[in-house]
Amino acid sequence: MCGEVCVFVEVLRGEVKDITYTMLAAGRQLAAGLKTKLTALLIGRDVQKLVAQLGAADRVVCVEHADLAEFNPDAYLHVLIAVFEQHAPRLVMFGHTATGTDLACGVAHRLHWPVATACRTFSLGNGTVQCSSLTCGGKLIANGPLPEPSCVVTVMPGGYKAKDGQVHKTPAVETVSAPGLDQVRTRFKQYLEPPVGDVDITKQRILVSVGRGIQNKDNLALAEKLAAALGGVVSGSRPVIDQAWLPTTRLVGKSGKQVKPKLYLAIGISGAPEHLEGVPEAELMLAINTDPKAPIFDVAQYGATCNALELMPLLTENLKK
Amino acid sequence: MDIVVLIKFVPDLVEDLEIDTATGLLDRNFLRLMPNELDEHALEQAIILKERHGGRVTVLALDTGDVDEALYTAVAKGADRVIKILGDGFDRGLGNRRIAAILRRAVGDVRFDLILTGTQAVDDLDGFVGALLAADLGLPYVGYVTQVVAADGRVVARKEYPGGLNAEIEVNGPAVLGIQAAERAPRYVVTSKVMEAMKSAKIEELTVDEVSVENELAVSSMALPESGTHAEMIEGNVQQVAQKLAVLLKERGVLA
Repeated sequence: MCGEVCVFVEVLRGEVKDITYTMLAAGRQLAAGLKTKLTALLIGRDVQKLVAQLGAADRVVCVEHADLAEFNPDAYLHVLIAVFEQHAPRLVMFGHTATGTDLACGVAHRLHWPVATACRTFSLGNGTVQCSSLTCGGKLIANGPLPEPSCVVTVMPGGYKAKDGQVHKTPAVETVSAPGLDQVRTRFKQYLEPPVGDVDITKQRILVSVGRGIQNKDNLALAEKLAAALGGVVSGSRPVIDQAWLPTTRLVGKSGKQVKPKLYLAIGISGAPEHLEGVPEAELMLAINTDPKAPIFDVAQYGATCNALELMPLLTENLKK
Repeated sequence: MDIVVLIKFVPDLVEDLEIDTATGLLDRNFLRLMPNELDEHALEQAIILKERHGGRVTVLALDTGDVDEALYTAVAKGADRVIKILGDGFDRGLGNRRIAAILRRAVGDVRFDLILTGTQAVDDLDGFVGALLAADLGLPYVGYVTQVVAADGRVVARKEYPGGLNAEIEVNGPAVLGIQAAERAPRYVVTSKVMEAMKSAKIEELTVDEVSVENELAVSSMALPESGTHAEMIEGNVQQVAQKLAVLLKERGVLA
């Protein structure tokens, strides 16, 4: 895998996550430009059956061990370092996710490689690989070279289509045995299932989604009334959930749910990339935010910069007419 | 249980960000900085653990300018020690690799069982401070943590996955945990308590001279995103916007 592009396959409960396909799509392009191969690195237990989903890669390197059945940060790090000490890729891609962000820095530090995070697009220019990252809540793009010989990146969705990385063909598989894992200092105990009983926001036709801009919990009532007038329910972005103004079941975004409503009305939500990951398919998106530069206006079809707290009751009233 | 909390100061995203035409990078001249929100969650989780298990909470912040109030606020919330790290060029903006190297030196003299910090900061570009520091110190790291339970000398971190799924990960300490959210919202302290802390507490100062950092990432240019599409803006006063939106929603036939 020396000099190759290597994608860390993200698996959660036996399922290959979409970010893997986004990375394979990006990696395919880069490998072609660099005239090298694309390797998918698959770690887990009984994961060889997933190889057929990784046809976008030229080959799959597979490491299996009972202790790798579920994601275990320190154990996976041990495996990655052992693999990359043998063969150093040009580029190692991790998802910018709960899994990938636990690994990228450890790999980079141990192997003395640079690490670039929140990367969205890659290109070849000035004789090397360039990458573009989204930072500061989506308000700033940073561009820079990914130095040779090796570099670690974490990849966010948005730059490449996951379906371009979904190729159903079985690539060559190389099995590598796991290193000793008795020194590992973290252990997976159990999964805690998401709470049930609340409305399922992924099945709603209309969502009134509130963010930090609603200012306090009392103002939630305004959103509830608006949602009732529209025939929908209220969901929220991370700050609202963290303040416990809404239960976690109502969280839209990277760490919450991906929703696909007919109407998504974003109230006081700036549109940070982590939030927008949760609304890739809204049919109609409207955004109300006092900041005219808020990134939410780049994805919404209609927007307004008026005071949401004044607007909500007036809109509710107008809808009832 | 002794805990170290790291607070990073990051651009206040409510303000407009500007590009410095001379450098092509973020203009830091008039940049307003504030504590990274997830670091405030890390502080809250640390204080919750202290309330349950005893021990000391030490808060570290690089002197990027105007950090005193945040440190006194940490004392008012329950921190025992607050340390401001002094050094050259902090106000010019530092990469996370450099910050982690500085923090490694700074925590050298502090006893701890856990280091807590935000799992990410809003201005991260080259890794994450907690994960890099863990690697630098040779300690295990778990990020996206939303709860920490300590019992019988073991720490169990609740790690958050998408869709409301969580996993319990047992960690041998000492360790670094990246906090995504404290188990409850960060507490609010009234100004009078902060004023009291300013009188009674002392901010310790620690100078960290040149640190050597390998493999720093170079950012060659920055830009404000220019989207190919932009929302059609509905103008007028709030009453007019409400009317226009109601008409739009009815016309588009999305209502039930």
